[in-house]
Amino acid sequence: MIDGLLVGAVYGLAAMGLSLIWGVMDVINLTHGAMIALGMFGMYLFFTATAANPYVLLLPILAIGLLLGILVYWMAVHWVLGRSQLMSLLSTFSVNMMVIGIGTALWSTSPYNVNFTLKGITVGAYTFTGNHIAAACSALIIALLLELFLYRTRMGRAIRAVADNREAAELMGISSTAVLAIAFGIGIALALGSGALVSTLFPFTILSGAIYQLKSFVVTVLAGLGKPLGALAAGVLLGLLEGAVTPFIAVSWIPLIEFGLFVVVLILFPRGIFGRATA
Amino acid sequence: MKRVKIAVLLICVFLVSSVVAQQKLVIGFTVSKTGALNVDSLEQYRGFELWRDQTNAAGGIKAGGKSYQIELVNYDDESNSKRVQQLYTRMILQDKADFLFSPYSSSLTATAAVVTEQYGKIMLTSGAAEGKTYTLGNHFLYQMFAPGAEYFKGALDMLKAKDPKATVAFVYEDASFSVSVVNPAKDYAKQIGFNVGFSEAYPPNTTDFSAIIDKVISSKATVLLGGGHYADGSTLARQLEGHKVPLKMITLLVAPDSPQWVELGDAGLGVIVPSQWEPQVAFKAQYGPSGADFAKAYTAKYNTPPSYESAGGYACGLILQRAIEQAGGTDTAKVSAALNATDIVTFYGRTRFATEANQHGLQVGHAMILAQWQKDKTGKLVKQVVWPLAAKSADLKYPIH
Repeated sequence: MIDGLLVGAVYGLAAMGLSLIWGVMDVINLTHGAMIALGMFGMYLFFTATAANPYVLLLPILAIGLLLGILVYWMAVHWVLGRSQLMSLLSTFSVNMMVIGIGTALWSTSPYNVNFTLKGITVGAYTFTGNHIAAACSALIIALLLELFLYRTRMGRAIRAVADNREAAELMGISSTAVLAIAFGIGIALALGSGALVSTLFPFTILSGAIYQLKSFVVTVLAGLGKPLGALAAGVLLGLLEGAVTPFIAVSWIPLIEFGLFVVVLILFPRGIFGRATA
Repeated sequence: MKRVKIAVLLICVFLVSSVVAQQKLVIGFTVSKTGALNVDSLEQYRGFELWRDQTNAAGGIKAGGKSYQIELVNYDDESNSKRVQQLYTRMILQDKADFLFSPYSSSLTATAAVVTEQYGKIMLTSGAAEGKTYTLGNHFLYQMFAPGAEYFKGALDMLKAKDPKATVAFVYEDASFSVSVVNPAKDYAKQIGFNVGFSEAYPPNTTDFSAIIDKVISSKATVLLGGGHYADGSTLARQLEGHKVPLKMITLLVAPDSPQWVELGDAGLGVIVPSQWEPQVAFKAQYGPSGADFAKAYTAKYNTPPSYESAGGYACGLILQRAIEQAGGTDTAKVSAALNATDIVTFYGRTRFATEANQHGLQVGHAMILAQWQKDKTGKLVKQVVWPLAAKSADLKYPIH
């Protein structure tokens, strides 16, 4: 259960990026998995080159994610906004394929590791690794900072205003294009950040982002669209669920349970379990 | 003038005859240059490559008055069975491969075997221990590794001698090879009186073992046997160490045999691997190089010691070479007959193939050993042979900590 809770916070962070982009610009970002994988390799490359503390290395990775996100926005998203949703799906999927292709050429699909270990905490016969605890704490801090940014800063308020009503926001003098580019950049930065944290827990390949992208969809649907902090809570819930059921069933059944839940939530709570209360 | 003409004619005849005598022998196989099987597959490939280089340097394979220069044709299968199916067809039809070696892993080999049998081509398999493929009525498939059912037998026998009251847990990859190893091992463990406290297969490409590790702890198992290949096995060992699971013995398939295992540091210490070959075990080779010569040449070429996958790859070439020599050429029926009659000791150990129709090509001559990662006097991690006792290079360290 505790392991599930810790990993769940990282699932939540991964889903926050997807949720933010989906909520603000109504774009299902299919580059999400590839960006998570880039975060993993970003951490690997920085850590191998500098041997610095990985949680300090998160800062440059988040900054690169922001810039990369703005670049991808101008390259593949800006031109298809307001058109059929299929266009943005195809456009972001193309970027996803480009990133995976370049990543495969550079790093192949062989597994990599970030060899960094923090001392864990032992309770009875069970030990919780320091890396899991630090990753969960980092995810929580990033999530809280994002919430503060969205609610306490001018740019954050502008992002929420554009998400609520783009035309009204433009009439109030907000440049929606700049706001959307920055929101997309933040979403990608969160994806890279979550990938970087995952890389300190498990081995990874350039294809590893796909599974976290799928989990992010489940978490986003659980939370309801455009609710980043709800996504964090739903991620923790998903992790707890994984932790709670695995003592009783084989681990191979977990994806079935997760995606079963995905379908049930879509049918019973189409606005998400947190969306219902705030709708 | 007439003498000059005769001399030129003689030179031409000599050149033509030498070209005719020096023929090309094409051997095709796929390598997992990318994907989850990359580490083990590359080691097997190096074995093939070293055999080719040494044999060609010695003038090639000499059979029936001809000399065959070996040409290896290979492609990246991406650790993916769909690619294997396409590429083995391509190597047979387009590249005109005379013989095939297997890809790495039982599941990829099972796929390749369907293609090679369909085209009536001989394939020697290395890195493919699952026995089921050889019970399907194949005619041209020959296995170099001891079959899967043998992998954990030695570990359980050794444990029985050391700690007959141990509680055993099986945690293994849900793939054809590991399942073929664990199913008979579970039966054998119960048969010799062990309590099997926990058993669960995990999906291939699993990276988070926390849930399974919690179950192992709850089961109060003192010994863990399992794993699959390098990627999952090394991750499992790392996470067992991270969660400080109080195990007295850990035996994992395949992964700990790789020289890369030293990168795990303390997580790799004490872990045992069932091995097809280790350099410390010296067989008196009736054919080919000695184990010491093989290990020396391999280390000089690749700057890393050979694993048993590398040795299996080299031995694959050696056994095919001997069969071609015995057959006096590359005719499939004659080479197949020579392989059926093979019973020989090389640096790799004994090789003999079953010839009964219900298990044709199954390896029945080769025996396995157990190696454990221990610290030497300088504190460096080294692999020591601990079983069978007659071949041991160090005592078993039990419990690990």
